[in-house]
This record gives sequence, C-alpha cells and structure tokens, in this order.
Amino acid sequence: MSLKSDPLDGADERPNFKTAAVLAYEAQASRRRLVLRVLQVLFGVAMIGFWQVASGTLVDPFFISSPADVIETLRRWVIDGTLATHLWITLYATFSGFGIGALVGFTLGFLFGRWDAIATIFDPYVTALYCLPKIALAPLFIMWFGIGIESKIAMSAVIVFFLVFLNTFGGVRDVSQIYINAVRIMGANEWQLLRVVILPSAAAWVLTGLKVSVPYALIGAVVGEFMSSNRGIGFLIAQASGIYDTAAVFAGLVVLAIAGASISAVLKRVETHVLRWRG
Amino acid sequence: MTLVVDEVTKHFIARGQEVAALSPVSMTIETGEFVAFVGPSGCGKSTLLNMIAGIFQPTSGQILHDGTAVLGANRQVGYMTQMDSLLPWRTVEQNVLLPLQIQGQSRGESAERADALLRMVNLAKFKNHFPLELSGGMRKRAALAQLLVYDPGTLLMDEPFGALDAQLKLVMQGELLKIWEDTGKTVVFVTHDLTEAISLAQRVIVFTGQPGAIKHESRIELGRGRDVFKVRFAPEFHDYYETLWAELAPEIHKGEEL
Ligand SMILES: Nc1ncnc2c1ncn2[C@@H]1O[C@H](COP(=O)(O)OP(=O)(O)O)[C@@H](O)[C@H]1O
Ligand SMILES: [Mg+2]
Repeated sequence: MSLKSDPLDGADERPNFKTAAVLAYEAQASRRRLVLRVLQVLFGVAMIGFWQVASGTLVDPFFISSPADVIETLRRWVIDGTLATHLWITLYATFSGFGIGALVGFTLGFLFGRWDAIATIFDPYVTALYCLPKIALAPLFIMWFGIGIESKIAMSAVIVFFLVFLNTFGGVRDVSQIYINAVRIMGANEWQLLRVVILPSAAAWVLTGLKVSVPYALIGAVVGEFMSSNRGIGFLIAQASGIYDTAAVFAGLVVLAIAGASISAVLKRVETHVLRWRG
Repeated sequence: MTLVVDEVTKHFIARGQEVAALSPVSMTIETGEFVAFVGPSGCGKSTLLNMIAGIFQPTSGQILHDGTAVLGANRQVGYMTQMDSLLPWRTVEQNVLLPLQIQGQSRGESAERADALLRMVNLAKFKNHFPLELSGGMRKRAALAQLLVYDPGTLLMDEPFGALDAQLKLVMQGELLKIWEDTGKTVVFVTHDLTEAISLAQRVIVFTGQPGAIKHESRIELGRGRDVFKVRFAPEFHDYYETLWAELAPEIHKGEEL
C-alpha cells in the first residue's frame, strides 16, 4: 500500500483498492473455496455410502449397524422426545461446567499471572493437580455430588478450569511491559490498565483456552454420564451398549459429534472477530 | 516546568552481571526549551528518557520535574518510545484516541482532535487500519499523533523520525517545530542524526559512549522561527555540525573497538 494511491471513495473509510486484479484474485479464491467445499461434502457422502454398503456384506451389522438404522433411531428419538430431553441434560451440564470452570479458571489465572509470588508459591501444586487424569476424579464427584447432574457439572468444570486457567495465566504473563508503561504514562489507573491493555492482550490466549475446552466440557459431562446417571446422551449410549443396540450407540455418538462441532464453529467465529487485528 | 536531572546514574543487573548504562549525568532543561541528545548507540539515551518518564528509577541521584521528584509514571510527559508502543489490537484511530479516553474526555471533541492530527501526519485514510497493517514509518506517525493528541507539557521523543524516508522526515520535523513554537512545550529529542539535532534544537547535548556521560553541549543560535528546509544551508549550520561531529566521532569509534 502506497501513501500516494488515490482514495477511491470517502477518506474516512478503509481505503478501497478493489481494482480488477483484486476482483480477479477474490473470484479465484472463492472458486477454490467452492471446490474444496464440494470435495468436503463428497467425502462425507462417500464414507456414509461405504458404511451402508459394507454393513451386512463386509461386516456384521451387529457391530457397525448401518446409516439407515442410525437415522431411523434418530428419527424415533426426535419424535418421542428422547433426543430433546437427554440432549438438553447433557448440554446443560456441559455449559454449566464450562461457565463455572471458565470463570474460576480465568479469575485465578489472572491473579497468578499478575502476582508473581502467588504463582511461585502454588506452582507445584497446580502442576501436580493438572497432571492428574481428570477422569479419575469422577468417582469422587459422584460420591460428593450424587448421580444427578451436579457431578457431571463438576466433572466438566474441573477439566475446563485447568485449560482456561493455564491459558489465562500464560496470556497475562505475556503482556508486553512496553504497552503497560505507555498506558501508565498516559495516566491510566489500575482498572484502565486492566481493561485497555491486559485483557485485550491476553484475549488471544484466553480465547484459545476457551475454544479448546469446549469439547472437553462435553467430554467431562458425557464421561460423568457413563459412570452413573439416568439421563443424558452419555447415559443413552451406555444404556444402548448394555443391550447391544449398536444403532442407538452410533446415534448417540452422532448427536455428540454434531453438538461438539456446532459449538466449536460458533467459537471460531467469535475468535476470528475478536482477533481480527492480527491480520 | 523545569526538568532537573541531578547526578543520575543507572546500572542494570542482567545475566548475573552489572552493566553501567549511565555515569553521573546532570542537566537542567528549562520550560519551553527544545533539547536534543546525540550519542553512540548504547550510551544510555533511552535509559535516561525512561527515567525522566518514571518507568524506572535511577540507581543514584534524582530527577525533579517542576520541583517534585519523579517516583512513578510521570504523567506530565508524553513519551514516544523508540520501540513501537501502539496497541496492536486497536485501530490507528482508537490508538490516537486512547490518551483522551483514559482521561475521560468526551467522545465528540476527542474524535475531532484525533482527526485533525491524523490528517497532519497524513494517515487519515488509514485510521481504521490496525498497526500490523501499516509500515514502520506509518506506525511512527500514528505514535506522533497519539503523543500530540492529549497536549502534555513535556514531550520525550526517542528517535521518532528514524524510520521515515528523507522527505517525510523533513515534513514531520517542520510540523514538530511549528507545534513547539505555537505551544511552548518542552521537548527532549533523542536522535542519531546530527543534522536533525541542529535543525530542531536550541541545545544539543553530546553523550560519551557507554556508560554515557555528558561530553559536550552546544547552544544552537539559529533563531526560533527557523525553516527546517532552509536552515541546513545557513553558514553557521556547518560550524555547528563540525564542532559537534568532532565531539561525537571519537565516541562512535570507541564503541566499535569494544
Ligand atoms: N532493561 C535493561 N536491562 C539490562 N540492560 C539494559 C536495559 N535497558 C538498557 N540496558 C543497557 O543499557 C545500555 C544503554 O541502553 P540504551 O539506553 O537503550 O542506549 P541508547 O538508547 O543510547 O542506544 C545498553 O548497554 C543496554 O544494553
Ligand atoms: Mg535508544
């Protein structure tokens, strides 16, 4: 971009340099995107087609069911309300756990990041807890909170906590002293410093932590449901496998996969928007 | 608003070694004065500005701004650091507005002021860009607009025009001189360019190589209403240049031998 280029329109807008070359470049990029999208869909269709054909010819449907049966099960679940009830329970546990874990993780990560002494004192304990396989905590949570939704919330909160905590901590540590000094000289108080420099600077890390932890929140809730529960998608899967209903097992997995992918897609959008300055 | 630097030294401890960045330095800068610092790189010029800005404290000695010791971030100064300090997650305009926002000024007036300054530094078209989308020279100009927007009484400028091309540098120097003449601000200006120092300043201070100490001082009597384009062709200019270069050159070579 040269300073001498003429602004094509209002001097107040981002300069608009949409020349023929730009348009051609964009057209090519969008053609490329379209082709990739088509290939993406084709792959999915081919896999499902292969599954359908293989079922009953190459592999016993007892083990792999078939897309038609899975869809039939899903249809039944939608109609009789099974899906809504159980999915709601699982998502409720996921988001409550995510919310609690993220809030606590962010707050503590921030405190640890700002105060060196706290970080030094607690570092070995945090590391030790972090290294524990969180799943091993599930029996404990069931003892503490019962087999209801609370133990699932606790499970996913713990997993989310560590991811968000560590990322927030890293992000706050990473804030450049140059920016802090510059804003202090402009007269910023501690609160303004936090709002104007530390939070936006740490946002990339925090968002990464949040993004990565969403699938884990779902995992936490479902693992809790596997262990003991009477509701939720995890419970549906466990129950179906107990009676060798492969179609229902796959149906449960499909629901989880779609839920996880949808949540991740939303977060990706948010991230792209918040971090647009990184160009 | 005199600025008094009284027997200030600075030592850094880095990697288990003590580095003397600044030997005792004393100077008094009067309100409204334009002073330039020149010296070989690593002689502690940025360190001295950082201490005037209150970013860190001298190892010994003290700095008085307007009679009070500078003990924390010095809010009477505007500081354009040698390193980029624009916030990368804010657009150019949002960066320029930042000091006003921090001081709680009303949006409407702030936006007008910011606009005027962005036009002055020739960045009006780029106000909605993020710093990473600009060249180094453009970022420097945005930082200049940010420095001037909130009207601090004292300007500390650390090699502000070093990254600009020759023509733009002249334009920016001209603008700075005009602002200085119109507002009577105190300016402390670090540069490695002797021509720039002589064209702008009323007083040029030459530092020795590391650890920096004041080696020489020249008063530049080229008048207040000078024209940065023409002043370099004045006969006195060459005398100043020769005197200052004679002082500076051996220091630069000393640095190279180390
Ligand atoms: N934060 C710091 N920690 C350790 N050493 C530093 C620090 N800042 C500057 N120095 C050292 O102090 C000396 C002077 O640096 P500086 O003030 O940046 O010089 P100048 O701006 O004149 O080029 C250099 O040797 C530099 O390495
Ligand atoms: Mg420097």
